[in-house]
Amino acid sequence: MQLSSRIFLGLFCLLVAILLLAPTLVVIPMSFNSNKSLAFPPAGFSWQWYDNFFTNPEWLLSLRNSFMIATVVAILATTLGTLAAFGVTRAAARTGGLLRAILITPMVVPGVVLAIGIYAVYLDTGLVGTMAGFVFAHTMLAIPFVLIAVSASLEVFDRRLETAAASLGAGKLTVFRTVTLPLILPGVLSGALFAFITSFDEIIVALFITSPYLKTLPVQIYSSITRDADPTVAAVGTLLFLATSFIIVAGLLIGMRRGRT
Amino acid sequence: MNATNKSAGASIDIRKASKRYGKFVALRDLDLSIRPGEFMTLLGPSGSGKTTTLNLIAGFTEVSSGSLEIGGKSVLGLPSHKRNIGVVFQHYALFPHMSVGRNVAYPLTLRGISGAEREGKVRHALDMVKMADFAHRYPNELSGGQQQRVALARALVFDPPLLLMDEPLGALDKKLREWLQLEIKRIHRELGTTFVYVTHDQEEALVLSDRIAVFNGGQVEQIGTGRELYDNPATLFVGRFIGESTVLRGKADIVGGDTVVSIAGTKIVASGKISGQAAPVILLRPERAVLHRPGTGVVDGENRLSGIVEEAIYVGSGSKYDIRLKDGTTAVVRSPLGAPEFAIGDTAEIVFRPGDVTLLADDASADITLT
Repeated sequence: MQLSSRIFLGLFCLLVAILLLAPTLVVIPMSFNSNKSLAFPPAGFSWQWYDNFFTNPEWLLSLRNSFMIATVVAILATTLGTLAAFGVTRAAARTGGLLRAILITPMVVPGVVLAIGIYAVYLDTGLVGTMAGFVFAHTMLAIPFVLIAVSASLEVFDRRLETAAASLGAGKLTVFRTVTLPLILPGVLSGALFAFITSFDEIIVALFITSPYLKTLPVQIYSSITRDADPTVAAVGTLLFLATSFIIVAGLLIGMRRGRT
Repeated sequence: MNATNKSAGASIDIRKASKRYGKFVALRDLDLSIRPGEFMTLLGPSGSGKTTTLNLIAGFTEVSSGSLEIGGKSVLGLPSHKRNIGVVFQHYALFPHMSVGRNVAYPLTLRGISGAEREGKVRHALDMVKMADFAHRYPNELSGGQQQRVALARALVFDPPLLLMDEPLGALDKKLREWLQLEIKRIHRELGTTFVYVTHDQEEALVLSDRIAVFNGGQVEQIGTGRELYDNPATLFVGRFIGESTVLRGKADIVGGDTVVSIAGTKIVASGKISGQAAPVILLRPERAVLHRPGTGVVDGENRLSGIVEEAIYVGSGSKYDIRLKDGTTAVVRSPLGAPEFAIGDTAEIVFRPGDVTLLADDASADITLT
């Protein structure tokens, strides 16, 4: 490749990277604004919005709610999604394809449409504004992610290993525990991570089924920014950005170490 | 794993076993008895039912009808993990997330054996396959031959009375395959375990087996030692599958108790006759004939068939010739050292005695299924 075209390609990549990162990075300086306004560039420097986040019970409660819901969702969706992935990959090709299409619909259907449906059902069943309501709705949204991650692992898993394990004396559950699960674990873990994040930053359905007494963090951010443009949202955004970056870098490092051995 | 304990092997009795997959019949009314401690090879082309039979014994599939006994007890409906049978697969099937040592320890752990006893058995099994130095390695760090040796140790470490092997050397190169054949034979001698071995390679079957069951079309065509199958094949299929052979076809008559077949205008005599309605064919083994120059070395009562040398290959212990007969058949003849030598294009006469050929019922399917 010629030097000029190489430089051009490099600059182009840099431009795309800036375009992708800029909206996120803008949040960081804004979170240190000393005025009570969401402005860029910020004026002055202060930690007060971080202070506000960690001392204001409203913010802390919503963070706690999101954590609890996302954790339960991750466990439920990973269990159900893994079982579904087994069904889909081991059913006859046609049945499996059909089942997969059905199971993935929550990912394809517009969020608002789903939210309306869920809201209508929840009104009748009294699930609006309840922890269980959030968990059910988010589990439904998270299952497709687990299904995709786990079935990708299952498709490269050599089923003949299960036959071999059976011949050595392992019953079905033992085969699963000692052979299948350890080998598809990377898929299961990444499915669990996706499920957690799907629930943790879900906003559309949450806005419909929230109540003044039960808010998740995204709902709290949204209501805060629409009510008074509180720079605390920038502080929250920065913290979330750091947390997710940490998880992803850690995941990559673990993956690299695994790849080496 | 006591070398003197020769009664450790289990017998197998299969009676009238059939296996159908929808309309496809993989096995039809199979009868097969395997003696305790025997090395039995199931030999046949792909789709002949040999692997299906192995899977039935292992419990990976169930018969559609018929009976199956191992060590005198019916195992119908018994899942594979309760059959206590060692299985070695063509694709090794070692657990990639476990070290060699843990792979071999796996069946012991499942049987509640732990501590020093387990360590001892693992070491003993790895010693037997000469892999003791590799206990801490992982399967992906081993070659194919090493992996298969570990798989063999894993299948034998729990002292099963029966070991099944499904084309275990199929993925290895020739040198390694020949060496491992001898290793498997040695281990069989040491253990006294019943071995059932599936292969489509007739040479491998001859090297390894006490007896060979030749499969064709979901049935056993013949069971016998390698010598019996080679010298006295019961069917044309067996004759053609075991070893090299030439099949001579022509119009046949019975003359004074012998069969006379007319091949490209030459009358060929074969001792005896076959029963049944089918047309007789003559099966000639390559080393049962000699080559002579036309009209030389004539002895009364010997058959002589003239042809053109199409291929002449020096094989060290002699020469191998392909001779094209007038009717288009290609005959194979192996000449020992010292016999007259021929060049491609020479005219030669294939000479053999009437008693040195086998008469068999013609069967067109024997040609087709050989591919």
